[in-house]
Amino acid sequence: MLAVSDLKIHYRTLAGSVKALDGVTFSVADGEIMGLAGESGCGKSTLGKALIRLEERMMYAGGQVTLDGKVLPIADHKAMNPYRFRHVSIVPQYAMSALNPTRRIGRMIDELLDARGLKGSTLRPELERRLAILGLGPDVLGMYPIELSGGMKQRVVMVLSTLLDPSLLIADEVTSALDVASQKKVAGALVEFRDRGYVKSMIVVTHDLAILAQVADSILIMYAGKLAEKAPTRTIVEAPAHPYTRLLLGSLPEVGIRFEEKRLPGIKGRPPSLLSPPVGCRFRDRCPLAFGKCVEEPPFVEIAPGHQVACWKADAHAQG
Amino acid sequence: MLKVENVSKVFRSGAFGGKKSRVIHDVDFEVKPGEVVSLIGESGSGKTTVGRMILRLTSVSEGRITFDGEDISALKGSGLKSYYRRVQGVFQDPFSSFNPIFKVGRVFRTIRREFLGDLDAAAWEARLTGALNAVGLEIAALDKFPHQMSGGQLQRLLIARALVLDIRLLVADEIISMLDASTRIDVLNLLGDLKRQGLSIIFVTHDLALGNYISDRIIILQKGSIVEMGATDRVFGDPQHPYTRSLLDAVPHLHERWSDAELKDLGLVADTARFGGHLIEHRENHLVRVYS
Repeated sequence: MLAVSDLKIHYRTLAGSVKALDGVTFSVADGEIMGLAGESGCGKSTLGKALIRLEERMMYAGGQVTLDGKVLPIADHKAMNPYRFRHVSIVPQYAMSALNPTRRIGRMIDELLDARGLKGSTLRPELERRLAILGLGPDVLGMYPIELSGGMKQRVVMVLSTLLDPSLLIADEVTSALDVASQKKVAGALVEFRDRGYVKSMIVVTHDLAILAQVADSILIMYAGKLAEKAPTRTIVEAPAHPYTRLLLGSLPEVGIRFEEKRLPGIKGRPPSLLSPPVGCRFRDRCPLAFGKCVEEPPFVEIAPGHQVACWKADAHAQG
Repeated sequence: MLKVENVSKVFRSGAFGGKKSRVIHDVDFEVKPGEVVSLIGESGSGKTTVGRMILRLTSVSEGRITFDGEDISALKGSGLKSYYRRVQGVFQDPFSSFNPIFKVGRVFRTIRREFLGDLDAAAWEARLTGALNAVGLEIAALDKFPHQMSGGQLQRLLIARALVLDIRLLVADEIISMLDASTRIDVLNLLGDLKRQGLSIIFVTHDLALGNYISDRIIILQKGSIVEMGATDRVFGDPQHPYTRSLLDAVPHLHERWSDAELKDLGLVADTARFGGHLIEHRENHLVRVYS
C-alpha cells in the first residue's frame, strides 16, 4: 500500500520555483489501479516521477511517502536506489525510446539486470513466460527495437519494469502514443499483471479518461498542482462532483457524437501559472460555479465513502 | 475538387533499393468543397503517406492525384506555388513545426515573403488579423516564443498560417493527438467552423471518436488498402468490414466497461489483413471491400 501525505515538489527555474505539486495527500491500496488524470501541466507526471526518481531540476519541498509501511526516501537520490525496480518501478512516457537501439532486446535486458546485480540467465525463463502472457514470443528477445511496433515495445518495457514484482508500478502515459488497437492491448496488459499479482498497486498517469474508465479502480483528478477529486471510477464517470471533472468529461467526443448535431463546449481559459499560483481555489477563473467563497482554498474532503473533492459546492452538487 | 485516382506507392528498401514494398494499394477517393473526409487506420495503415502524397511531400508511384482537374505531380515552379496557395498541411507535433529560437511570428513573415509579396502592408495586416481571429488568437500572440505557448495554441497558429493563404483544402495529420482533451475539442470545433465556411479538410487520425465527431465521410485504411468508406453514420453506424468492426470495438467508452475477457483479448487486428478483393457498393454512399 502506498500513502502520500502533503507532498510538495517544486521545479527550479530562473524565474523562481514552480510549485508543480503543492501539498498532495492520497493513498493507493494493494491490488488497486489508480488512474491519475488532468490537463498538461497539472502535475500528474511530476507526481509519478517524484515517487521513483527526482530529476535534477525537481526539488523536494516537503511531505512524506510510505510504501508498505516503510518511508520512501524520495528526496535522497542514493538511498532510493535499493527501492527502484525492486519495490517501485516505472514504465516511462516514451517507453518506446527507452530501449537501446543498438542492442538486441534480450541482450539489453541482460545488461540491465547485470547492472542491478542480478543474473539475466536465471530470470530468462520467467521473462519469456511473461512476454508470452502479453502475446510476445521468445523471438522478440533476439530482435532490435526497430523491428517491433510501438505497442510491442511498450509491452516489452512493461514486462521488464515489473520483472522483480514491484509493489508499485507507475505507468506514465503508456497508451498515449498508440493507436486504438495497440492501446487496448497495453491496457489489457496492465490489468493482467495486476490480476496475476506481478504488481501490487499501480498508478496509471494519462490524460485519456476513456482508457481509465476501462482499467482503473479509482481515478484521481489533479488541477494546477492540487488534487481536485478522487473517487471510484464509476463515481467519477457517472456522478462527478467537481466542476472541473465535469467539464473535462464533457469535452470528450464519444463515438456517436457529431459536431453537426452537438457542439461540445470544451473548457474556456488556461490553467494558472504555478510560479505564483492564485490564492483560493485554483480553478475559479474558469469555473462556471465560482462564487465569493472561492477566494478561500477549499479543503480536499470526503463527501461520500471513498469520494473526496476539493470544491465548496461539491456537496450541493452531489445531491443535486 | 481533389481526386485521388487509383494511387499506389512503392517504397524501395534494402542496400541498393533492391527490395520493393508496396505500402499503398490502389487508393481511390474524392474530396468535395466544404467536406471533411477522415482517413482512419492503425499505425502502418498508410494514412499519413496518403496525406503526404496529396501535399506532394511524397511522390506517387502509380495512379494520379488531381486538384481541379490538374495532375499535381506535373506541377513545377509557379504552378506548384499556386497549388500550395490552395492546399496546405498541419502536422502532429506543433513544437517541431516552429524554430524554438525565433518568435512564432516569423512563420507568418515567411509565408508573406513566399506567397503574398504583392500585398501592401495594410492588406496583409487585415488578412493576418482575420486568420488569427478565426482561430481565436490575438495579433499579440505573434510576439511570443514557441515555449511560451501551449500545444493547442501553437496548433491553432499553424492552422492560421494555412488560412492566411485563403486555402481550399487542409490536410490535418493527427493534429490533435498530442493535445489535452480540453484543447482537442477547441481545435476540432475550429475545424468544424472552417468547414462551414467552405474549407475542405482531410483529417488523418487513428482516433475513431474524433473522426466521427468532425467528418462527413470516413475512409478506413488497412495496410494501405481502403477496406471501407462512405458517409460517417453509415460506416460507423453499420460497419461491414471485420477490420472496421474490430477498430470500433477497441475504442474505449466512458460509460461502458470492457469485460475482463474483452480487455485481455490479444487478438492482433493488423494480422487479419488480406490483400486483393475489391470494393463493392454495400448501399448508397457506403463501399466495402469483399474478397472472392
